[in-house]
Amino acid sequence: MSQGMTPIVKNTARLVSGFIAVFGIYIALTGHISPGGGFAGGVILAASVVLIVLAFGRETAERIITPSQCHLWDAAGAGLFLAVALVGYFAGGFFVNFITPISKGQVGKLFSGGTILVSNLFILIKVAAGLAGAFLALAAFRRAGLPDGHPKEVC
Amino acid sequence: MGVEYIVLMLLGFMLIAALIAVEADDLLSSVIAIGAAGFALSVVFLLLGAPDLAITQVVVETIALVLLIRLVVTRHDTTSEMPRDALRTGLVLLAGGLLLAGAFFAISGIGGKGAIPPFGEPVLGHKATDAVPPGVSADYLANSAEETGAANAVMAVLLDYRAYDTLGEATIIFVSILGTYAVLRRFGRRKKSQETEP
Amino acid sequence: MGTAIYILAFAVLLIGLYAVVAKKNVIKIIVGLLVFDYAVNLLLVLVGYRSLGSEGWGKPPILAEGQTPAQLAATAVDPLPQAMVLTSIVIGLGLTALMVAMAIRIYERYGTFDTNQIRKLRG
Repeated sequence: MSQGMTPIVKNTARLVSGFIAVFGIYIALTGHISPGGGFAGGVILAASVVLIVLAFGRETAERIITPSQCHLWDAAGAGLFLAVALVGYFAGGFFVNFITPISKGQVGKLFSGGTILVSNLFILIKVAAGLAGAFLALAAFRRAGLPDGHPKEVC
Repeated sequence: MGVEYIVLMLLGFMLIAALIAVEADDLLSSVIAIGAAGFALSVVFLLLGAPDLAITQVVVETIALVLLIRLVVTRHDTTSEMPRDALRTGLVLLAGGLLLAGAFFAISGIGGKGAIPPFGEPVLGHKATDAVPPGVSADYLANSAEETGAANAVMAVLLDYRAYDTLGEATIIFVSILGTYAVLRRFGRRKKSQETEP
Repeated sequence: MGTAIYILAFAVLLIGLYAVVAKKNVIKIIVGLLVFDYAVNLLLVLVGYRSLGSEGWGKPPILAEGQTPAQLAATAVDPLPQAMVLTSIVIGLGLTALMVAMAIRIYERYGTFDTNQIRKLRG
């Protein structure tokens, strides 16, 4: 199987994918003061992994992040988001924003919004790991697996 | 007045792109046409005052295009659609026309009041009258800065006022990714067993 | 003019529905579902748009520097449909990944994307 693309694409991907990842994290963490949020940031962070898979091939990308690590971060993100919801019980109820009354941050600064900032971070982890893992799983099936029009028993 | 014309033109472009995507014979052409429709949609989102949605739609469209092109470009398919006959095409067009007419009457209403508020005047903050249910969005817009501390009202709605719904949506994303793993997993297991057998 | 915009968005939805129901190729069905998804998101955001008449377009619901919340409530578009559509777009991506995975398995098993040949029962 061909291992990725021409050297121009490989060098450009090597330079650019780090910037894309940082941009995705920025969009997710400043979701409460400018457009974006955890979902958009997570998809952008997954797009940097997609770029590595496209430019270098799947085997090289698996040295950076393996599918089992993606599963771990995916479940961790979902579990932590649920934990934020449950910790709110100490302040009154499910999903109560318990940080805002404690620290009165000003509107428009980075450390405002209470649990919104923390929730954006966990959603970023969850969406990015989920989509990167799904793309790594789909990347194993790049070529059509069978000769032309010849169905084979798979079970 | 200007934004309605631009939105109308972009929607016309999206309609033509959707028609090409659905009717083209070559699978790669139809996938590229759906990409064009998605990018036009993101510009429409930007014009309608939704920059979060424009960012999300652009990135999601890019990844969906990558997935679909990788699916289509190496798998050669010799499907030939059945030649369409006049009766079938006529029935489909008739059904489509009837549905559009029904939608027109539902939207603009017979004699004034339609089902959807007219374009440009959303149901924001009415108190409850007998005809129109009360809206909560005016309260969200006015109070989100002091109650939640977030400047972005959409994020405040998504993660503070309606955080329970966001938990449900995160669960749906989780389940669909799990479904992708489950559909693709059997091949990997079989490959390992083929390697261990001599 | 507003009615024409709604009718166009509904027409895109009907094109997607036609593709899901009447097409024989698995890829065309996937494309039809994607068109349907776009049209539904578009209709939701269209309902929430507010135009300020002669003063211009509705502003995004983000509090700018030095703007009071009362000014925001007077000029911003509705944030509630946007919050619904934001997660819906990412769920659409998850669904696309799932459908592409199923299409890969279908091609691997039957060698074709044609549903007429897929529906034939084996032996």
